[in-house]
Amino acid sequence: MIKLKGVTKQFGTTRALDNFSLEVREGLVYGLIGPNGAGKTTAMNILATLLLPDAGTALVNGRDVVQDPQVVRGLIGYMPDFFGVYDGLRSAEYLEFFAAAYGVPAAKRSRLIKDLLELVNLPDKGEVYVDALSRGMKQRLSLARCLVHDPRVLILDEPASGLDPRARAELKEIIRQLKHMGKTILISSHILPELAEMCDEVAIIEHGRLVTCGPVDQITRSAKGARQLKVSVAEPVPDLAGFLNQQPGVSSPWVEGLIVQFFYQGDQSQQARLLQTLVSNGWPVIEFSEVRRNLEEVFMAITGEEGLPNGGN
Amino acid sequence: MAEINPVLLKELRQRFRRGKTAWLLALYLFTIGGFVLAFIYLNWQSAPGYYQPNRSLEIFITLSVAQLFLLAFVAPGLTASVISGERERQTLNVLLTTRLSTWSIVWSKLVASTAFVVVLMIATLPLYSIVFLYGGIAPGQVPGVFGFYLLTMFLFASLGIVCSAFFQRTGVSTLTTYGLVFALTGGTGFLAAFLTEVGRINRPETLVNPGFLNWVVEFLQQTNPVFVLLKILAAEDGIQTGVSLGLPYWANYTIFCLGLGLLLLFWSSRLLLPQPRGRFFRLADKRSHGDGFSG
Repeated sequence: MIKLKGVTKQFGTTRALDNFSLEVREGLVYGLIGPNGAGKTTAMNILATLLLPDAGTALVNGRDVVQDPQVVRGLIGYMPDFFGVYDGLRSAEYLEFFAAAYGVPAAKRSRLIKDLLELVNLPDKGEVYVDALSRGMKQRLSLARCLVHDPRVLILDEPASGLDPRARAELKEIIRQLKHMGKTILISSHILPELAEMCDEVAIIEHGRLVTCGPVDQITRSAKGARQLKVSVAEPVPDLAGFLNQQPGVSSPWVEGLIVQFFYQGDQSQQARLLQTLVSNGWPVIEFSEVRRNLEEVFMAITGEEGLPNGGN
Repeated sequence: MAEINPVLLKELRQRFRRGKTAWLLALYLFTIGGFVLAFIYLNWQSAPGYYQPNRSLEIFITLSVAQLFLLAFVAPGLTASVISGERERQTLNVLLTTRLSTWSIVWSKLVASTAFVVVLMIATLPLYSIVFLYGGIAPGQVPGVFGFYLLTMFLFASLGIVCSAFFQRTGVSTLTTYGLVFALTGGTGFLAAFLTEVGRINRPETLVNPGFLNWVVEFLQQTNPVFVLLKILAAEDGIQTGVSLGLPYWANYTIFCLGLGLLLLFWSSRLLLPQPRGRFFRLADKRSHGDGFSG
């Protein structure tokens, strides 16, 4: 549904995107993760027809964003990271304005606006002025605005930015509903645990380049090619870390009480042989398992702990 | 039935809902009305007991020139923020991802902004009745003056819109627009007078091309709103150059305002496109999307 191939975009001396490629299949919720200035917003702006790539191609449902911007605009709903307020417009008028701007027939708008306001849990806010809404409500109204022309793809740039936990939970629920409606959603966020919950797949981007992408489970397992394993022992064994460090594929072991953790590069049969080695050498192993790292830890590991992404500005 | 352009409808809703709009209208009428009444009062004081009909013409000229200067003050103020304001409120990008063309956005913004100026002008019509009360003015002069206002307003508004599309900040856009309007109303007049003086002081044989100089002076005064207004009011013949531009002065002014205005609007619509075309378009492209990238 979304395809970026070898996209490069330069601003002055800064290369925002460098031969960036990405593919998002239909119906997926796809997360874009990266630190500040990684190129997330640039990639999204290119897909939203707001920027031209210097090189490469960007396609939405097979339509080139440069060749067919009008068609692409009908296919996408774009939500920027900041909700711009129109003074003196009511929520329903705000949605009506965008429905008209997308060419939705006038006869259908009233029903559509009512449905959209219900979808985003603002059924009684139609007559309220937009600038009087809370930030969370504005974000949900902005999401409703993205949907006025029933787009197949949603591009959401930091939709949860600045929201309190309750508002984030509400937004997450709406995104879940949109996924069930069959929308393809490209989303960037700096709240990685939530992104991990929401997304089917994620891509990590840094310095305008794709670092890794794939299903969240796969990413967390294969970050830097090493899995994190842990060995629990029945009694204190101070030499175990040193022993493990001598085994092939093992790196950086550390001890936390009766648990030793380390990074391991090798397949599952090699992992089984490592367990055999431990047991046959008399180490009192009571548990040998893989540590499931969360997306935040993986992101920190992959991007060299440069800090959490909070893109968009 | 054709639907009103959504941007136009939104702009009209926003503009006419604001309390500021009513205050601005009141202030405008108060200023113009005060000006006219003060003029009548001063005339009355200087010659009490009777009213000379030729004073009507003076009031008409005063009122018309005052209105031109107020237009030069109001029109740029209303239009110099229409695009840059959207950019500052961060609503421009969302607008550009709709199916509206950039030309439609620019045109609707122009119509919405100038609609208010037209309201201002219509609201001053009763003041003109004071002039007719005493006679001395040809009925055709009033429509002529209002046609002139419409053309001038279109040009000033187009200048404001192109500045607001070109500059990122409303403050810079507004200042530049006022500068350009001043150059157009005052600057070209001064330049015409200066060039005339140059031609008068120097003997024709020392000038490189005296015919060209006269042509430039004639062009400047036929495109200068103050000169043209005074000519419509039959108050001033302007500088005698002996050069003809081929068409009556009002036709030249109409072509100038419409041509330049449309060109500026077209440029504004191009500035909103992501596609850079040439140096100025590239400059605006970078500016219109902030610092280019942000994440």
